[in-house]
Amino acid sequence: MNIQVELEETDNKLKGYIHGEIDAHTAPVLREKLEAYQNKDGVNAELDLSDVDYMDSTGLGVFVAFYKSVNAKGGHVKLTGLSSRLKRLFDITGLGDIMDIESVGKGGN
Amino acid sequence: MVHKIENQYKEILNQYMQRQSEQNLYVGQNFSRQLISENISPEEVISVHKAAMQEIYKELPDVVWHSFDFLIEMMINYGLALQERQSLLQRQEEIRVEMDLAANVQETLLKTKLPALKGLDIGLLSIPARKMNGDYIYFISDEEGHAGIAVADVIGKGLPAALCMSMVKFGMDSLNNSPASPSEVLGVINRVVEKSIDDSMFVSMFYGRYDASTAALTYGSAGHEPAILYRSKTGEFDELYAKGLLLGVSPAAAYEEHTVQLEENDLVIMMTDGVTEGRTDEGFIEREVIFELIQQKKDEPAQTIVQHVYDELERMQNAELRDDFTLVIYKKV
Repeated sequence: MNIQVELEETDNKLKGYIHGEIDAHTAPVLREKLEAYQNKDGVNAELDLSDVDYMDSTGLGVFVAFYKSVNAKGGHVKLTGLSSRLKRLFDITGLGDIMDIESVGKGGN
Repeated sequence: MVHKIENQYKEILNQYMQRQSEQNLYVGQNFSRQLISENISPEEVISVHKAAMQEIYKELPDVVWHSFDFLIEMMINYGLALQERQSLLQRQEEIRVEMDLAANVQETLLKTKLPALKGLDIGLLSIPARKMNGDYIYFISDEEGHAGIAVADVIGKGLPAALCMSMVKFGMDSLNNSPASPSEVLGVINRVVEKSIDDSMFVSMFYGRYDASTAALTYGSAGHEPAILYRSKTGEFDELYAKGLLLGVSPAAAYEEHTVQLEENDLVIMMTDGVTEGRTDEGFIEREVIFELIQQKKDEPAQTIVQHVYDELERMQNAELRDDFTLVIYKKV
């Protein structure tokens, strides 16, 4: 049960790479790291989730909060590399329609 | 009291000094437990030790006695740390008692009445992973045979989730409309929730309205795990999917609704992700496993099916549920 979060920002472009599991235990780590960027104006964030093998609703909450604050500041959040399991989570919750998400081509439903 | 302890300590120490046996040490260990239970601080123990030594070995040089004085000083902060720990334990106990009270209040507050409807057998189970439940079932019904059910799940667990749930309940109570359509109900509750909660919180909710006179179920979903329809005639399981965003994310969200006609012995299975997101050492529990469990008991009353699914899933996960578990089954009879 662990998580690695790497974030790198240049000229308001935020590149992120997340590895591991996002659940009630690890979500606070991710939240804290993202919070450092969410109040800046016009952040363009792209977070790679291709190495996230598990995420529950707590993890979803972190991304929703990040999405809402970045959007309110005129920025954009894109999530990439979603596994079919993660994609389903975003689709069921309706978040897939309002957020910019990209799943990995293979194994999708 | 102090005098008694001093004498006992001197006696035990003296025995040890003479023989240094395991037995002597064991007596000392037991005595230290007694000291702890009587709240004797570490620096007091050293004072007692020094006094005992002075009585037994009067002739030791002054450096020895000075060193004990120094050691007593060194132990004072340990004594404070110990006191702090004791007061934390006490506070923890107070919080535990308060949580118990809160859980009782929640239970009373969120109590819902199972509707008695012609032709419908209802089974339900909602088990919190911790004391407070972040899942919620709400029923509303009227004389004409309309019954609404809401199955909701607040993100997160424990106290914040439970507080958020009360808000959903009061929203539903003030709506108080059994024949209301799912898209209308979800729209109203979404606006209530959206106004009042924090950005990282949200609620998923399934809403179904059953009409006993036609056996039709109209359903909608706000980002909730889709309900499942089991068709008795074909033995197939279908997802009851309806498009709709989680409650509390956007005030403009709109909610689809669809209607299915229930036939005899059909089952509608409504649940939260505590049911579907189960994990064992080998990985996730697939939905097919849950379908299989339901099929095993499909001819039994709804409550028996629900209990069977819970018992088996709990067993697979070594009785350790990570999330609140809520399962409701409608059986058309």
